[in-house]
Amino acid sequence: MSTTIAAPAFVNRHSFIELDARARAQSLMDPGSWRELVGPFDRIESPWLPLQGIAPQSDDGCVVLKGTIAAAPSVVIALEGGFQAGSMGEVSGAKMTAALDLATQDSQKGKKTTAVLLLETGGVRLQEANLGLAAIAEVMASMLVLREHAPIITVIAGTVGCFGGLALAAGLSSYIVMTREARLGMNGPEVIEQESGIEEFDASDRGLIWAINGGEQRVAMGVADELVLDDAQEIAAAVQSYVKAGLPQVHRSQQVELYRRRIAALDTSGQIDPLTLRQSWNNKSREEGKR
Amino acid sequence: MELLEFDYPSAVRHVTRKAHVGVVGSGDMEVLMEPAEKEGAHVSIRTSVNGFGASWKAVLDRFFARYDGAVRIHINDAGATPGSVMLRLEQAVEVIER
Repeated sequence: MSTTIAAPAFVNRHSFIELDARARAQSLMDPGSWRELVGPFDRIESPWLPLQGIAPQSDDGCVVLKGTIAAAPSVVIALEGGFQAGSMGEVSGAKMTAALDLATQDSQKGKKTTAVLLLETGGVRLQEANLGLAAIAEVMASMLVLREHAPIITVIAGTVGCFGGLALAAGLSSYIVMTREARLGMNGPEVIEQESGIEEFDASDRGLIWAINGGEQRVAMGVADELVLDDAQEIAAAVQSYVKAGLPQVHRSQQVELYRRRIAALDTSGQIDPLTLRQSWNNKSREEGKR
Repeated sequence: MELLEFDYPSAVRHVTRKAHVGVVGSGDMEVLMEPAEKEGAHVSIRTSVNGFGASWKAVLDRFFARYDGAVRIHINDAGATPGSVMLRLEQAVEVIER
């Protein structure tokens, strides 16, 4: 006698979240098409962390792969959330900026090169202070140049999420893809609680955090473009579709008047709840937010 | 932070490949394993956790009791336990000997 137990679909799913930054980047590119730039054996690492008694990482937590996605020239820049919470230091910032600038140079020469950012990060690396802040300014400046030529696709998969200065960088990208597990926000919940008190934001309330910062909410309120399952194939397919779509007619961060109007129209006499924000900002049901 | 170095001169079998595994995340570490420039194996460790030199030596002694590749190993460590250290080393060997 034999019994077969049908495994639920998620058992066979190939989790993207469980991959490290390098494997995530590899899983998005056409097999065999990529090579890594400034890899771990080049040992370009943070000079600042050892001075503070912290072991550095040989790629400074930033992986750059050059290759093709859906046969189109692409560069994938992935931050490793496991190393110093994916924070942006001098070296990881320089790698990201240089990769974006190379994509711009190639694009200007006629080889349009899409950038994919895998942002798993708490933002600036506090141990590197102003150098991290400067790095984020450089990343954003380079993004603004590249997006004149080719799309920038940001993927936030989780579980670190994307916070701080790199959340601003995410806002400059052409498209944002998120999972339900991912979060996107400026100040992280712990920071808000620490600065403004637990009455303002309870950082232990996971329901509250995900209702505000979570991927489902961010997509539903129209500040991110697509909600995907934590599935490497599904995420790769979403990235491919945006590579093929090319540049949007207008970038979200250019819709200044739209967002000014929306913010001005918010009723701040009471606490705004996440569901109301979804309904009033949802771009898919409102013509004004389409791009 | 502490820097540790160990030599295993009896590991002389020639290897040709490189391996990079692991992440310098809490309780984990990264291993860079590549062919040695000189005869024998050499290990350098940079760890955020001080005072565990004897534990590192014990794990590496056991590892090189079974592995004979002439490799240069560099480890960046953020507090991996001895069990995790051995798993990461074995994972690197799997890549290098594949």
